[in-house]
Amino acid sequence: MNLNDLLYQIFGNQPWVDLVANVISIFAISTFCLLVVIFLIWLERKVIARIQDRIGPNRVGGRYGLLQTVADVLKLLTKEQITPSGADYLIYNIAPILTVMAALLVWAVMPFAPGLIGVDLNVGMFFILAVSSVSVVTVLLAGWGSNNKYALLGGFRAVAQLVSYEVPMILAVLIPIILARTMSTVGIIEAQTVPFIFMAPIAAVIFLISALAETGRTPFDLLEADSEIVAGFHIEYSGMKFGMFFLAEFIGTLFMSGLFAVVFLGGWNVPIINLILSFFSVAPINFTEMGVLGTVLGLLVFFFKMFLIYMVFIWIRGTWPRVRVDQILNFNWKLLVPIILIMILVVSVLDKVIPPGTNELVRASLHFASNILIAFIALEVLRRSGRRRRMLEEESEAELGEPEPAAHDLAEAVHAH
Amino acid sequence: MLEQILFVLLAVITLSSGIVVVTHRNLFHAALALMVSFAGVAGFYITLDAGFLAAAQLLVYIGAISILVIFAIMMTRRLMQATEKPFNSQRGLGIVGALLTLVIMAFVITQYWPVAPSTEVPMASKTIVEDAIVQGSVAELGRSFVSVDAFVIPFEVASILLLAALVGAILVAWPKAEDQS
Repeated sequence: MNLNDLLYQIFGNQPWVDLVANVISIFAISTFCLLVVIFLIWLERKVIARIQDRIGPNRVGGRYGLLQTVADVLKLLTKEQITPSGADYLIYNIAPILTVMAALLVWAVMPFAPGLIGVDLNVGMFFILAVSSVSVVTVLLAGWGSNNKYALLGGFRAVAQLVSYEVPMILAVLIPIILARTMSTVGIIEAQTVPFIFMAPIAAVIFLISALAETGRTPFDLLEADSEIVAGFHIEYSGMKFGMFFLAEFIGTLFMSGLFAVVFLGGWNVPIINLILSFFSVAPINFTEMGVLGTVLGLLVFFFKMFLIYMVFIWIRGTWPRVRVDQILNFNWKLLVPIILIMILVVSVLDKVIPPGTNELVRASLHFASNILIAFIALEVLRRSGRRRRMLEEESEAELGEPEPAAHDLAEAVHAH
Repeated sequence: MLEQILFVLLAVITLSSGIVVVTHRNLFHAALALMVSFAGVAGFYITLDAGFLAAAQLLVYIGAISILVIFAIMMTRRLMQATEKPFNSQRGLGIVGALLTLVIMAFVITQYWPVAPSTEVPMASKTIVEDAIVQGSVAELGRSFVSVDAFVIPFEVASILLLAALVGAILVAWPKAEDQS
């Protein structure tokens, strides 16, 4: 049962019931997103501290420093709001608001549990991609409006990176859409008898990589590389205006982990347990038919998967160094995009060839095999071309009698700009 | 009633930001106003229950075209002092173009008038695409793009056009032979 039905039961068939229900659900989802960030920041600091053999926050709010972020937020709220001289007043001030708006808007189609979703659009995945493309604009606005060259450089970098990585992300999402034959987020969850991470592992990996790049996290945090351009596009922002960029980054990262859980891990369903159950011919667990209990259990399952992926993001952040701009762009256009284009071709042909009504396990293993094959070929091609380049370099070194300077890399970097 | 209020609001937003686009002296602000105008059009699509079209409008016009425009402005103008005279000497041509557009729109509107859902009007033979957009069925839309009865030829022509543009862009950006030395 959803909120609308409940309100209709209580208040009868009034015209304002829909409006009230919408306002309530918008309020609930936004509040959840804003509050969970306080926990996420604490989690990130604590986990990264542990990875780096430190303790992390441990003073405010008891032994585990649970209230550290609350104190930080209060500090941010009481700070002075500065508009730098020469900044474009309107653009400078509207950028943080738009950033948070775009970050919150995508949560409208996130399916938390059966019956617990803002709105189940039939173009849900497309809506997510469309709205998240707006966030590029806000970064550009912030970078340009600040009247600061580092901010502007950060903005340029951001656009180069975000626009490039949008391409493999959209294409990677297309494969689950082909497999599920729907763009609705709920439909994709229900189509996963076998989780799509097993049917399309390459798409899953590419989605994870481009999600990292889209949210601007390590190893793709060039937008705000502290050691190169100080803080990137939000260098001139202070107080809560900066806090809003920070907020949007965390909401976005959590959303990407949630989206990964929905698209590749089966969302609120438990497909693997159901597969094991079906071997013993036990009826599968279906949370949709279990009423309130199903909603609660589904929510727990979804949160478990979402935070699992989020922990992977933190883990990557704690362990990997930053990559260069030209490396980022080459990696995207010369590796990710070609592979995912080939995968789309392979998946769509294979899925058409497999007759409908085939056992889901057979279908899944065929897709898995094709993925492994493509991955093997891609790695083999990379190995050969790398080997050929090394051989050429060795030859030229032998001819010149001295090692080649790094001019080649420099030229490449200039070219990438 | 609610829909009419929404329509008027969206129309005010779209048209006023459109006027700002052509009259504002700061090019960057004009580009932003263009973005607002695009968003307003997306809003119209939503009120018409065409969710797919609205999302496509957001993705293509705001996510891609506006960013391209802004990028071009940022790359070519002196930053921050980008104030231009918004008018040039082609006023006569502009008036001719505007009048032509007005005539075409008046013709189309009179053909469809009065707008009612069930009345048969001469030019309004419903296509599969229109049905698909109204029903929000993306699968139907996709099928009509590749079905021989519907839009396979325009669809393929558009693909060839895009491919040619892509090849052209690569050729233009390709480093010339003498640059490489």
